[in-house]
Amino acid sequence: MAKEVQLKSKKRITKDHWTAIAFLIPSFILILVFVYGFIGWTGYVSVSNYNSLIPDFSFAGLKNYIYLFNDFRFQADLRNTLFFTILFIGLVIVIGMGLAILIDQKLKGEAIFRNIFLFPMALSFIVTGVVWQWLLNPSTGFNQFLSVFGIQPKWYTDTNILAGFEWGSIEFGLPVAIIAVVIAAVWQMTGFSLAMYLAGLRGIPDELREAARMDGASEFQVYRKVVLPMLMPITMSVIIIMAHISLKIFDLIYAMTGSGANFVTDVPGVYMFETTFRGNYYANGAAIAIIMLLLVAVFIVPYLWNSRKGEQ
Amino acid sequence: MAPTFSIGKFIKYFILVFFAIIFLMPIYVIIVTSLKPLDEVSLANMWTLPTAIDFSSYAEAFSNLAPNFMNSIYLVVPATLLSALLGAMNGYVLSKWKFKGSDIIFTFILFGMFIPYQSILIPLIQFLRTIDLYNTIPGLILVHVVYGLPITTLMFRNFYANIPDSMIESAKIDGANFLGIFRHIIIPLSITGFVVVAIWQFTNIWNEFLFAVTITTSDQQPVMVALQNLSGSQIVQWNVQMAGALLAALPTLLVYIFLGKYFVRGLLAGSVKG
Repeated sequence: MAKEVQLKSKKRITKDHWTAIAFLIPSFILILVFVYGFIGWTGYVSVSNYNSLIPDFSFAGLKNYIYLFNDFRFQADLRNTLFFTILFIGLVIVIGMGLAILIDQKLKGEAIFRNIFLFPMALSFIVTGVVWQWLLNPSTGFNQFLSVFGIQPKWYTDTNILAGFEWGSIEFGLPVAIIAVVIAAVWQMTGFSLAMYLAGLRGIPDELREAARMDGASEFQVYRKVVLPMLMPITMSVIIIMAHISLKIFDLIYAMTGSGANFVTDVPGVYMFETTFRGNYYANGAAIAIIMLLLVAVFIVPYLWNSRKGEQ
Repeated sequence: MAPTFSIGKFIKYFILVFFAIIFLMPIYVIIVTSLKPLDEVSLANMWTLPTAIDFSSYAEAFSNLAPNFMNSIYLVVPATLLSALLGAMNGYVLSKWKFKGSDIIFTFILFGMFIPYQSILIPLIQFLRTIDLYNTIPGLILVHVVYGLPITTLMFRNFYANIPDSMIESAKIDGANFLGIFRHIIIPLSITGFVVVAIWQFTNIWNEFLFAVTITTSDQQPVMVALQNLSGSQIVQWNVQMAGALLAALPTLLVYIFLGKYFVRGLLAGSVKG
């Protein structure tokens, strides 16, 4: 009898496992086709001659990639993406962590501050772009306050490249116009890092900070030596998440500035969209998309790899 | 001791208030500009309050955006529900019915969350044309369900990881099978999970732009594309653009105001690895 029950339950478990796998199959197939299959297809288009409305899948080798790396616009895009990513991630981390530490001080009104800093997260990049386009318009917006100090930045209309030097066919350096886009992006995304840091700070037991204070550490030292190291994993997650947002950014720039004069605010996402869907250069667009994917993969694959290993 | 403490407190408040003002400035400009009559809208007095409150820019923005606003609703509701349901099924299997290779399958699905969608867009559009769903709301629903799978799976998997395995085990001993446990134990315990995931998906799909602008044209377009067209056109006044921006943002803003707690939980659930 006992043996029979055992056998029965064993049999049911295997059957249940098959049901479980059957549950997963639709999603698995969808992801397999729509993510991996389509990436493969894009890769195939990127090495073809499909650069007009008429599909032409004859093999072009790396022609489209070589074209891009010699292209003024694409070189400018890589430069802009680099500076955008560094400034954007840096500011989102510093401001997000700073405000989280201040909010975590148990001051009155912390909920109000938290809600104010978080609400832009609920908006779309399009809304942000439409509004900030006016706020950073050189003839109105913030410049009306700054005129008191006699400064009138040209914001996203500035074509200067700071500390520029010749590199390929472009001037390499910090495009001043990109700062305006960074400001809008930081306004929107700081809430994300703030929320993550707040959760992290709440997870650090008070006793740890108390103990450091008992040992004679100043408030500043408590943060530098105890709190900051404990927030490291969160900083890593913030960097990964912000990096992948930044590398594929499209809507904010499309709505706020477009490519800009001399492509000072252009990014691969905008170039890909315009060359593919406005210019019908499908193979070139596919090549841009594959380069974007590779850039994101540099950050994401090690991250996914590590979090999988961390679980085991 | 006491005075230095309050100076420190003052500085803390000063920084917080300073940033709060900067964060609120765009909202101030949106509201003030959208309530101005046309003759008061000029570059020189962006910051001044309107002399009289005028809703005509809302009327004009509404008549421009209303059809697209409805498109967004037809898109968001089914896409959110379907992607949440599939995410719950996946999350249940991947957290409570692990099998050899299930963790690899999870990572395999999760990768789809991070890819730049530009890298699947060209085949996707050809595919949608082939199955006659290009330039349709159902086509856009399909796209958002598929590419929403990684995040909803991740969120539900993390959520279900908090349900003790012993509950599942005792249900099995009581003779419940895979589907029975899902229906009678997991689903009733997932109400919060569904709220968090639904709010997250609702916000993301409502705000999404790249798929919307490439897969649909004119009268099928969701509201964000219509807003972008409104602001891109030279003849539309600035006060109408601001009113339009507020109208387009209203659903997600309301969700944030009333269900902000769940919104933040979603944000954390989707970003902290589980």
